[in-house]
Amino acid sequence: MSQQPQQSGIFKVIGASSLGTLIEWYDFYIFGSLATIIGSQLFPADAGASALINTLAIFAAGFIVRPFGALVFGRLGDLIGRKYTFLLTLVLMGGSTFLIGLIPSYSSIGYAAPILVLILRLVQGLALGGEYGGAATYVAEHAPANKRGFFTSWIQTTATGGLFLSLGIIVVTKNLIGAEQFADWGWRIPFLLSILLVGVSIYIRMKMHESPMFSKLKSEGKVSKNPLKESFNNKTNFKMVLLALFGATMGQGVIWYTGQFYAQSFIENTCHVDFNDSRYILLWGIAFATPFFVVFGSWSDKVGRKWIMMTGMLLGVIFYRPIYQIFLDDTDVSKVEQKDISAITNPVVVRTAIAGTMDSLITTTATVSLLDGSSFQRIQSHTKFAEAGKPVIEQPDTYRDKQLSTPVFWKFVFLIFFQILLVTMVYGPIAAFLVELFPTKIRYTSMSLPYHVGNGVFGGLVPFIATLIATFPGSTPLSGLWYPIGIAALSLLIGTIYLSNKKPDHREADFENLQNN
Amino acid sequence: MNAIKKALGFVWIILGPASIIFMFMQAFEKIGLAEDGVQKTNTALQWGIILFIFIPISAGLVIFGWYALKGEYDQLPED
Repeated sequence: MSQQPQQSGIFKVIGASSLGTLIEWYDFYIFGSLATIIGSQLFPADAGASALINTLAIFAAGFIVRPFGALVFGRLGDLIGRKYTFLLTLVLMGGSTFLIGLIPSYSSIGYAAPILVLILRLVQGLALGGEYGGAATYVAEHAPANKRGFFTSWIQTTATGGLFLSLGIIVVTKNLIGAEQFADWGWRIPFLLSILLVGVSIYIRMKMHESPMFSKLKSEGKVSKNPLKESFNNKTNFKMVLLALFGATMGQGVIWYTGQFYAQSFIENTCHVDFNDSRYILLWGIAFATPFFVVFGSWSDKVGRKWIMMTGMLLGVIFYRPIYQIFLDDTDVSKVEQKDISAITNPVVVRTAIAGTMDSLITTTATVSLLDGSSFQRIQSHTKFAEAGKPVIEQPDTYRDKQLSTPVFWKFVFLIFFQILLVTMVYGPIAAFLVELFPTKIRYTSMSLPYHVGNGVFGGLVPFIATLIATFPGSTPLSGLWYPIGIAALSLLIGTIYLSNKKPDHREADFENLQNN
Repeated sequence: MNAIKKALGFVWIILGPASIIFMFMQAFEKIGLAEDGVQKTNTALQWGIILFIFIPISAGLVIFGWYALKGEYDQLPED
């Protein structure tokens, strides 16, 4: 009988924590999704200073400030409590997102615009670094030991949910007001909307109580006096921080970013699939796969966390290259035959003068529709020299804005779904895994750092390093995959050999139930 | 299994400095290839941030290897 009110209580805790964390991820992602428009509105047109500030906004916010936020807010959470700390991160994140939406354009206030963007983006990174550990710890400390995986897995859905929400709101806003208005002022709407979402979440979180485990520590006067020192200067704890990073979060980070970011970037930029199609594919993939966070989180309560996470990494190592080869093969339109074409639009010819010469580049663009319902733009170009008699130089044809046929579209949705399924395997149980690795009094600090180094640094660098590898001599479009494959394989090896497959202690849970009853 | 854990400790100890050397080589190469001016500064900034964040991580890998070699992971606190 007493299980019922307990159950509804924990779901309130999950609801309050998850909503705030979801909004924080939403805030973090809309910046990335709208980076091009922000660049054109708030940054100077000359590539110079603009490129530098942009680099700082992307690199520093993700890779330095996030782990730093984990240390700052983790320490605070272990000193003053979970509730007020992750309330503070929510206010910082929501406030800075809202303010980005209010920054006047570069044409109005000059360099103050990109500098304000940079400052607010750094605050976003700092806040995100503090949020996740707090929310995961808060939920885990409310949950019975034998259902920790199930209850914390709801927090794990929020990162993917935030990405889904950001893509969805951007697509809906753009379709409602039109592409031109969206590029002019409509891009501010997703940022401004954040203040409403954050307001609701703050209201809900204010009503929550402090975590029972932290309250107990506080009442007994056992709260850590220096969480940073106890986390990283104590060998027993520091070795577990290193193990969590190299044996779990590092691999989880690359699987996460490959399935949800690199995949979309690859489809759009390497395969040249149409902007909307590439986003719809990701949206469907996320929608189908998200429930599996809870499935694998819950399953980890029965079979342990380790092998579910390791299986996710193993499948990534095995299947990434074949999956991306299919993406390439199915979007290769260079071998389309005349019999497959249903229509070709009238070509648009543009003549562009080549700077410093009298020569011209002639570009001919036509939309080609195929019998299977797919279409693409074919761009043929050649250089015409002013000098009489000099032969024309033909450039290879290029293809863009590919719209997929229905079967190929759904095949891609399945392949993205599969990759996000791997994300749910490595990410679903990881909050419970990290929480169980560290003692209550330094938990917030100890679990936040490996999580943000693994997810933010190793994962966040997937696009950069994959692109870097693609510049190596002899590389192919698939060469960039060696980075996530290599890191996932290393983490799989370390995790398999060094981690133990701890199963939740059911006796501990029974004891907790007895106490509660 | 404990023997494998210890033996692999050597590998992690070597992998740490090897990864730092590799990253420095890449950084010098890519900064050298970048065009003078803003592009060079931008590339140097990117690599500066990457080295700044990865050097402590690589040092962590060496410490991890050292702990493994010393048998610190033979018995975990949660076992």
